[in-house]
Amino acid sequence: MEIDPFIFRLSIFILSIFIGYYVVWSVTPSLHTPLMSVTNAISSVIIVGAIIAGLAGNLDGDLTISNIFGFLAISLAAVNIFGGFLVTQRMLQMYKKKKKDK
Amino acid sequence: MSANLSAIFYLISGVLFILALRGLSSPETSRQGNFFGILGMTIAITVTFLSIGSFSSGLIYVLIFLSVGGLIGAFIAYKIPMTAMPELVAGFHSLVGLSAVLVAISAFLNPEAFNLGSSGNIKFASLIEMSIGAAVGAITFSGSIIAFLKLQGIMSGSPITFKGQHLFNALLLISIIVLTYLLCSSQSSEFFWILLAVSFLIGFLLIIPIGGADMPVVISMLNSYSGWAAAGIGFTLENSALIITGALVGSSGAILSYIMCKGMNRSFFNVILGGFGATEQSASSVDKEHRPVKSGNAEDAAFLMKNASSVIIVPGYGMAVAQAQHALREMVDTLKKNDIKVTYAIHPVAGRMPGHMNVLLAEANVPYDEVFELEEINNDFANADVAFVIGANDVTNPAAKNDPQSPIYGMPVLDVEKCKSVLFVKRSLSPGYAGIDNDLFYKENTLMLFADAKKMTEEITKNL
Repeated sequence: MEIDPFIFRLSIFILSIFIGYYVVWSVTPSLHTPLMSVTNAISSVIIVGAIIAGLAGNLDGDLTISNIFGFLAISLAAVNIFGGFLVTQRMLQMYKKKKKDK
Repeated sequence: MSANLSAIFYLISGVLFILALRGLSSPETSRQGNFFGILGMTIAITVTFLSIGSFSSGLIYVLIFLSVGGLIGAFIAYKIPMTAMPELVAGFHSLVGLSAVLVAISAFLNPEAFNLGSSGNIKFASLIEMSIGAAVGAITFSGSIIAFLKLQGIMSGSPITFKGQHLFNALLLISIIVLTYLLCSSQSSEFFWILLAVSFLIGFLLIIPIGGADMPVVISMLNSYSGWAAAGIGFTLENSALIITGALVGSSGAILSYIMCKGMNRSFFNVILGGFGATEQSASSVDKEHRPVKSGNAEDAAFLMKNASSVIIVPGYGMAVAQAQHALREMVDTLKKNDIKVTYAIHPVAGRMPGHMNVLLAEANVPYDEVFELEEINNDFANADVAFVIGANDVTNPAAKNDPQSPIYGMPVLDVEKCKSVLFVKRSLSPGYAGIDNDLFYKENTLMLFADAKKMTEEITKNL
């Protein structure tokens, strides 16, 4: 019997939870705020679904409600992607080591 | 681009996201990690465009909405003050939630575009995945909005509770499952809309009973939810990048919630069920009212610190409110010029989100190797001359160690009282979030400095 592709996706999902578990425990507590903003940015990869929804065509070539929901989702996810990565960048620039020579 | 090739690219961007989180294990590698994240996102978006191939008339709108959203996001990222980071993160969570909902709606309305079957005849498994993604997304959205309003101060930070709240929430949760079942068996769209409405309501009701200082747990939890919502949509779209990212973000948020709960010695359910700090307040403030307190001014504080050889600074939410981090750093610079050793001690739940204090200190150019976590520094208090507590309260309360009756008993606290002298910058004697008195205020070696944190710090610097 063939294995349902769903099972493969489930395997990816479960293994990623474990990867996430170990990777996040190794994050230093002083970087927990950047961790939140960067996870925010990467979870906006949901924009992939929004782009598919926005570009889905129908026979007449008119825009459908489904397209419009896609556009809205694109702009929301884009706010998050740019905002999330840039604010993380801004925060990380601030973490500096003590200057040894003085 | 063939489906197999794009699947491989999605996998690559998933791996890059893992590396992005891995980079955060130390400040040196973190910037590189962020670059990996950006790269992963760029790959995912590019591949999506290439795999669609034939573009409909929607392309122009897609690009417009993408750039408008991007510009708004970039603008916010550059303008936002670091003290507003908790609000920003809560706001961003709500956007992830809402976009998950919107994607689920458009997949429901136009299943052909997503290969999910046809309208009114959507694949069973896809419907379940879609419902989960949409429901969790909606909960994330309305919950984050409430968290945002509470953090911003638009809504009162005190818990809002009503009778039968938990029972009502439980019923709503059960109704979600029932609605999903009905939706799958009947395929009728009404159930989908009701499901969304109920989920929005749950998110709202879930967060209103939780008080302001429990926000670190709430934000982490919503972070986790936004991940699970993304993963749910990832299953619907059969997209590995989304599934991997959703799982990463989901477990990341869950771990942060766990760390925050441990920092308060409270169980996750205790926080989620809410209402903390609302009941205890009246009982404790009566009997201890008239104890003597030593209060001083900036000169006394400056004198104490000038004669010290080591000072430990304990910042809390009050420092963020008063925006005192820059003034504090200037004071520390002056102390260091006098050859006084200064370190910072950070409690895990100081502030309104995980790592909040660290970011503020980093903003004020405090080197991160002078900033220590609770376990690293707690033994040093016994050897330090002065502890300078600025805007913190409950996290220093010795009652957590020696009063089994106290609501915060068992919570890990900073051993501030072991210092030779303690300086407390606070606006009044009022109890902290837990609603309990702090014995430390009345100790022989404690000097209270009643003032705004920023003004007091500036004055101390003048007197040094």
